[in-house]
Amino acid sequence: MSIKYTADHEWIEVNGDVATVGITVHAQDALGDIVFVDLPAVGKSFDEKEVAGVVESVKAAADVYMPISGEIVEVNEALRDDPALANSDPLKAGWFFKVKLSKPAEVDALMDQAAYDELVKNS
Amino acid sequence: MVEFGGYDMPVQYPMGVMGEHKHTRAAAGLFDVSHMGQVLLVGAGADVALETIVPVDIVDLGVHKQRYALFTNDEGGILDDLMVCRREADLFVVVNAGCKDQDIAHMQKHLAGQCEVRPLPDQALLALQGPQAVTVLSRLNADVAKLVFMTGGFFDLDGIPTFLTRSGYTGEDGYEISVAGDQAEALARKLLAHAEVKPIGLGARDSLRLEAGLCLYGHDIDTTTTPIEASLTWALQKVRRVGGARAGGYPGAAVIDQQLLEGAARKRVGLVSSERMPVREGCKIVDADGTEIGVVTSGTVGPTVGKPVALAYLTTAFAKAGTEVFAIVRDKRTPMTVSPTPFTPNNYFRG
Repeated sequence: MSIKYTADHEWIEVNGDVATVGITVHAQDALGDIVFVDLPAVGKSFDEKEVAGVVESVKAAADVYMPISGEIVEVNEALRDDPALANSDPLKAGWFFKVKLSKPAEVDALMDQAAYDELVKNS
Repeated sequence: MVEFGGYDMPVQYPMGVMGEHKHTRAAAGLFDVSHMGQVLLVGAGADVALETIVPVDIVDLGVHKQRYALFTNDEGGILDDLMVCRREADLFVVVNAGCKDQDIAHMQKHLAGQCEVRPLPDQALLALQGPQAVTVLSRLNADVAKLVFMTGGFFDLDGIPTFLTRSGYTGEDGYEISVAGDQAEALARKLLAHAEVKPIGLGARDSLRLEAGLCLYGHDIDTTTTPIEASLTWALQKVRRVGGARAGGYPGAAVIDQQLLEGAARKRVGLVSSERMPVREGCKIVDADGTEIGVVTSGTVGPTVGKPVALAYLTTAFAKAGTEVFAIVRDKRTPMTVSPTPFTPNNYFRG
């Protein structure tokens, strides 16, 4: 399964009915050195585009939005202890949370790599 | 790049805020602060005149000595903060970028007929800050090493004429260098050619000054805060207070004198958290019962301290160092402790 992207600079990788979510290379680059992440509670459900978390650098705080509707089934505890993982390895070790999809069809509306690259290029 | 005080300014260079901050504390950082307002007050009566609009001792300021000052309004609020350095024939004044037009108008209005208010819009201002600033700048002119904190003088830096002071906005040793705008780039390039020096953006400028416990105008101080509330009482020399030889005689003196005697209902304090979550401007502060007792005016995670640090106004009963309070961040309580500032030890060169 390939990675999809939102206009708010989250990435999402779907495996069956569970998806992993994080912030993109561009997002962590724009934020700078990340010093804190606020992760959602496991078991909590969100609608698409709801604020599910917060990521903060020395200079700013940014919301993390849910790319798709679903229930949080796991959060990255390692990221809580070492928020800089979101800078050093945003697409792998720096993941934020895993979601059980409640509306899998929403995934189709997200951007693919080419569309996201174009968005970043023009931002 | 961001808009700041009408200027297009870099938030950070490729090193990033954290790296720039730590580099400045460890070596030397170069800041382009040319957006700030530089003004000369020219004439024999400039010191006496300036004392009519600041609660600070200017008359006794020695030649080439520099001092922190505040413009006050009739309510005792702060119109701006500024640096004043006496030179042989004038007072060299540096004010904040966002306030400079109003400050110049304010000085022209109140000082008219007593001295000339001469803005220097074509002067650039570079700040070289950090423990190795003196090492680097001495290579351009060895005499700069003889200055101590809060003094200044005219120095040629490798052929470029400047007026510089040994002061800054980081808590570190360092210099602020006033140079003709058309020679600023050449001087900046000379400084950046030294391995110890890296360019520093607005982001690290803010985190450095916050760790140093220094106020940012428009955030930690403004027209609604008095110098007493802002814990800037140290800036008001005894000679300008009740019983002093030149007491009062500036806007808001009655309010400020009363607060000097009786204290203020609220005080600016430092706050430190033992948790990770940054506590930023606008966060409310509550006591253990949940009663609101104050508000944060600046805050971030201090890169050197390694903890969230903030400046806040608290009801005076809670302003004592060591008092445990709570910040409300996104509807959650996070514990904080009232702490002395600076959060990191100052590293000024006092000789």
